[in-house]
Amino acid sequence: MSNNIVSRLKRKKIDEVIKTGKRMDGRDLLQYRDWQIRTGFLEKAEGSAEVKLGKTHIVVGVKSGIGTPFEDSPDEGVMMVNAEYTPVAHPTWEPGPPPDSAIELARVVDRGLRAAEVLSMEEFGLVSGEKVQMVFVDLYVLNFDGNLIDACSAGALAAMNTAQLPEFKVNKGEVTTTDKTKKLKLRAHPIAVTVAKIGSEFIVDATADEEEVMDGRITITLDENNNVNAIQKMGPIGFTVDEIKKCINIASEKAPEIRAKVMASA
Amino acid sequence: MSKTRKRKSNKTWERVDGRKQDELRPIHIESGVLPNADGSAYIEMGRNKIIAGVYGPREMHPKRLSKPNEGVLRVRYHMAPFSVDPRRSPAPSRRDTEISMVMRDALEPAMFLERYPRSAIDVYVEIIQADGGTRCASINAAAVALADAGIPMKDLVAACAAGKYEGKIIVDLGDYEDKKGESDVPVAYMPKFDQVTLLQMEGIMTREETEECIKQAVEGCKKVYEIQKEALKKKYGMIQGEAAPEPEEEAKTEPEEAPAEETQEPEEHLDVDEAEEEKKQ
Repeated sequence: MSNNIVSRLKRKKIDEVIKTGKRMDGRDLLQYRDWQIRTGFLEKAEGSAEVKLGKTHIVVGVKSGIGTPFEDSPDEGVMMVNAEYTPVAHPTWEPGPPPDSAIELARVVDRGLRAAEVLSMEEFGLVSGEKVQMVFVDLYVLNFDGNLIDACSAGALAAMNTAQLPEFKVNKGEVTTTDKTKKLKLRAHPIAVTVAKIGSEFIVDATADEEEVMDGRITITLDENNNVNAIQKMGPIGFTVDEIKKCINIASEKAPEIRAKVMASA
Repeated sequence: MSKTRKRKSNKTWERVDGRKQDELRPIHIESGVLPNADGSAYIEMGRNKIIAGVYGPREMHPKRLSKPNEGVLRVRYHMAPFSVDPRRSPAPSRRDTEISMVMRDALEPAMFLERYPRSAIDVYVEIIQADGGTRCASINAAAVALADAGIPMKDLVAACAAGKYEGKIIVDLGDYEDKKGESDVPVAYMPKFDQVTLLQMEGIMTREETEECIKQAVEGCKKVYEIQKEALKKKYGMIQGEAAPEPEEEAKTEPEEAPAEETQEPEEHLDVDEAEEEKKQ
């Protein structure tokens, strides 16, 4: 994922400790670090959230504007999720075009929100085929210590859940801005849970060092009805079907915990 | 269009192209189609037309991307501008980048990369025509192309999607089912190890439905696996009866680049190119 270099000695230690059912920082295998979620702290953004998950620190901003719809959906608004790896977040991260993992991060978070139909995009149409309201969700990583997907997924939901979008008036195909705002309505509240596999053990909320040591991981996004919205397997290993089922079990146990924290932050 | 589809569903439920729920689209795979590439394969899966070429193991360029202790598998998934409607820009999209990543993760478990320090194995996949399920078809072609290149593999990787359409679990979604269906679960699978190496999902399904989809997709992969083996047999079939098949030598030349690693290789007995193994039977 990153170019975070972990010494062989540390690798061995992480492996050994996990075999005893504990983690380097004293956590249980299926225990998250402390969540700190704060919302609505940016005045210029339509919605915002700051998530601290241990030392992982991200900010999510929701912005809205007018744009053109896609050809195949002329009356639907457009939601875009983008992830930014800022160079302040890690010594090995550099300015420049996003690395592949940033694209994957944005797409996995996006897929969770889109598949769960969080926004009813038809409500964002303004002038058919010409103008629609756009919703931009930008994931901004300020400090990297692993598990960006879960942190960003929770952050995106927290920011969208508290967002106030500007209202537009449509008059004979002309779109004018008003000084009114309305709350962004969410139809579902999907949460991503990433389960990492290290040796034969499964852990949640891997730190940067653990991510470097892990064999692979599966992200499962679930909504409040415990329906699965998105899955993404990553890393150069295979999982048996039973292992996948185990991961889905873990995710469906953890997702409500995280969702409660996100909703409490509003 | 949609009216005729509706009428069908009023009688016994039928898929848009009349297939059974667990029936795959016709698959045709041909190996060794690109003379310049070290290995290649062409696949038609429904109306998907995809070509995969493999170069390597070869020297890594740029050098800084090479790893001192193992080889690097690089996968590039790319769609031709005319492969979809409307025309798409030939510049790689974020979707292409992500699919390239998941394809690499799907194929890498089948490889012995520790044998090729400082080297690169490049897999290039070009979508000539897209018809839903391109990432699965691409993996199927890429796995055959890797075997065709004589690169030792632990197993072939076969891929197939399952999903939910009009409330029914179906296998190998076509373009229409993919776009209009409730969800899509692409899966890649190594039958010999019973391992899923690619798993994605998008949509809304209960946990039970999701697990059923994965199960059905794996069954689909097993069918694809047989067709992949047939494709390799077809090319190398002419030397099937001979005592010393030629490609065996070809495959053996590769590991010699790193003879010191040989003794550390625990899965030595698996070091058989899928293509050769078929010939021995």
